[in-house]
Amino acid sequence: MMIEKAILAVITTNNQKVSGGAPIFICDSKKELEYIAANLEAITDGISHALSEELFIIVKH
Amino acid sequence: MNEYTDAIIFGVVVGTIARTLMLKTDYRQYPTYLHGKTIHLSLGFIAASLGALAIPAIMEKEYTAVTLLTVAATQFRDVRNMERNTLTEVDSYELVSRGKTYIEGIAISFESRNYLVMFTAFLSTLSFILWNIYVAIIVAGICLILGKKLMSGSKIGELVDIEHAKISFDGAGLYVDNIYIMNIGIAERQEEILKYGMGFILTPNNINIVTTIGNLGQRQAILHDVSVSLGVFRDSGTPALTPLIKRDLDDGRLGIFILPQIRDISKAKAVIGSVPVLESAVRMPSESKSFKKGHKGDKI
Repeated sequence: MMIEKAILAVITTNNQKVSGGAPIFICDSKKELEYIAANLEAITDGISHALSEELFIIVKH
Repeated sequence: MNEYTDAIIFGVVVGTIARTLMLKTDYRQYPTYLHGKTIHLSLGFIAASLGALAIPAIMEKEYTAVTLLTVAATQFRDVRNMERNTLTEVDSYELVSRGKTYIEGIAISFESRNYLVMFTAFLSTLSFILWNIYVAIIVAGICLILGKKLMSGSKIGELVDIEHAKISFDGAGLYVDNIYIMNIGIAERQEEILKYGMGFILTPNNINIVTTIGNLGQRQAILHDVSVSLGVFRDSGTPALTPLIKRDLDDGRLGIFILPQIRDISKAKAVIGSVPVLESAVRMPSESKSFKKGHKGDKI
């Protein structure tokens, strides 16, 4: 089976909320979170989705 | 020169004219290039010749010559393959792809155009030989008009009501009217989308249309045509800026989210309205026997 979507990275300001297989980026502030998410989006050619204020994921579609 | 020469030449000329008329470069931008046109005109000429030659062959009692028509059928199936392959190859490099269903639709129409050319040449030659050139000209004219009519299918605008709708964000969720489109995380992207994006709602008129416009290929065709005609605000490496169409599961309405470079509401409505309805997307649930039976049962 072809996997069509994949989580490429997880970016969060709350390290209590995440763990697991994808690369995790822990940030200090919301500003840093948005900066890293925007950069990762451009680099990985994925889309950054907000799951909550403190948790973003980059998904390849 | 023999008694059939004039008739054959007449048939070939009329057939080639028919192909030329059907080969127009329109908003679909295909075939745009001289080479593409040359290929199709040459194939049209071959089709016309085959159609025109069939009648004299029968008149001369060369019945086996008709088997030549099977060669024609194979030939034109190859045309369809050629179109399909070329378009599929280039599709991955489009900013907004055509989609497989649209490509199939284009390929089918290229094949069937050649058959129409063949019939035109066939009937023109037949009437030339049976009657005279004047009758043949009338028959050719009727064939050309009929061919033109057969080649233009229905348009999206005839099936649905197109309304302009506001786009908005609820948290990270992008909405067109009340239809959820996608999740955009970064505030900067959200601002871009609100600035450059436009939303439209397509409301289907009946149950057949709900399934037809729900087809993913049909939806991709709408996005492609809109992007070709109005431009698109995106580049490779910005997947968040992707035009999308999502469906309201309750009533089958479509929410269209586009990022055009020409942000003119009436133009956009006209472009969406003139997207062709793809043959392979058309469904007619209301024509099915079991559907009708079930309907009667409900009444009792």
